[in-house]
Amino acid sequence: MQSHARLFWKGTLDSAPFILVVVPFAALFGLVSAEAGLNIVETMAFSLIVLAGTAQFTALSLLQDQAPTVIAILTALVVNSRMAMYSAALAPHLGKAPMWQRALMAYGLVDQAFALSDTAYQRFTDWTIRQKVAYFAGTSVMVCSLWMVCTFLGALAGDSLPDWLAIDFALPLAFLAMVAPALRTAAHVAAALTSAVAALVFVFVPYGLGLLLAAFLAMAVGAEVERRLGHR
Amino acid sequence: MQAFSDTTLWTVIICLGLGSWGLRFSFLAFLGNRDLPDWVLRHLRYTAVAILPGLVMPLVIWPDATGGAPDPARIMAACATVIVGYTTKNLIAGFGAGLIVLYSMLNLLG
Repeated sequence: MQSHARLFWKGTLDSAPFILVVVPFAALFGLVSAEAGLNIVETMAFSLIVLAGTAQFTALSLLQDQAPTVIAILTALVVNSRMAMYSAALAPHLGKAPMWQRALMAYGLVDQAFALSDTAYQRFTDWTIRQKVAYFAGTSVMVCSLWMVCTFLGALAGDSLPDWLAIDFALPLAFLAMVAPALRTAAHVAAALTSAVAALVFVFVPYGLGLLLAAFLAMAVGAEVERRLGHR
Repeated sequence: MQAFSDTTLWTVIICLGLGSWGLRFSFLAFLGNRDLPDWVLRHLRYTAVAILPGLVMPLVIWPDATGGAPDPARIMAACATVIVGYTTKNLIAGFGAGLIVLYSMLNLLG
C-alpha cells in the first residue's frame, strides 16, 4: 500500500519529461499574445481560465484573423472536444471521488495528465480511489503550473523581441510541429491532408466557417479510413 | 494595433474557459461508467489533425507579415517542420528545424 503523498510525487516525477514541451510552448503563447496586443492580465487570464494550449493558440489566431467571436469560440471548443473523451475514459476510475475533487480534477485535465493517469490506472489495478486521485493530482500540478508561469515569462519578454525573429511565424510552425508527430497512421495522414486542402478550398466561405467545415470533413475522413482499415 | 476589441477578447476567454471545463467535467460529473459510442470516439481521435493543418495552411501560404504574398522562406520552414517532425516524431526537433530554416532563408533571401 503506497501512501498518497508518494503517489502524488510519483505522478509529478512521471510528468517531468513533459517539461520540455510545456515550457517552450507556454512561453510561445505569452510571446504571441503580447505580439497580438494582449496585456499581461489578459494573457494570464487566457492561460488561467482556459488552460488548454492548442485551443488557446487557435482562438488567438482566429481573433487576429478577425473571425466572428462565436466562430473563434466554437472552433477552439472543437479543438478541445477530445477532453470529453478523456473525461469519459477517466470516469470509471475517478467517478467515485467527491464532487469538489472531480470539479477540480476536470480543471486540471490536460493531455499529459490524461495520458499518464490512464496508463497508470490500467497498470496498477489495485489502487484505491484516493490513490488514483493523488496520482492524478501529481501528473497535473507541475504541467499546469509551468504552463502558467512560462506564459507569464513569455508575455513579459513579448513586446521587446526584435522584428527579425519573425515571431508571427512561430505559431504556424508550432502547430505543424504538434501535428507532424501525430501522423501515426494512414487515417491521421488522410485527415491532415483533407484538412489542409479543404481549408484552402473553403477560404472564401464567409464568417470563418471554412475552417470548421474543413475540420468536420477531415474528422469524417479520418474516422472512415480507420473504419475501413480496421485499426487505429 | 490589436485586431479585436477587449469585449470580444474577454467573451472568448470566459466562454472558452467555461466550455473547456464543461467538456472536461462532462463524464466525470455523472459518476459515469458509460462509454462514448465507438463512432464518436473514432471521430474524436482526429480532432487535432483535422483542425491544425487547416488553421495553418492559409498562414503559411498567405502570411500577414508579407501582406499576404507567398514567401519562399516561410513555406520552406513549414516543410522542414513537417518533415523533421514526422521522421523524428519529436515536437521540439520539428519546431527547431523550422526555425533554423526560417532564419537562414530570411537572411539568404533578404
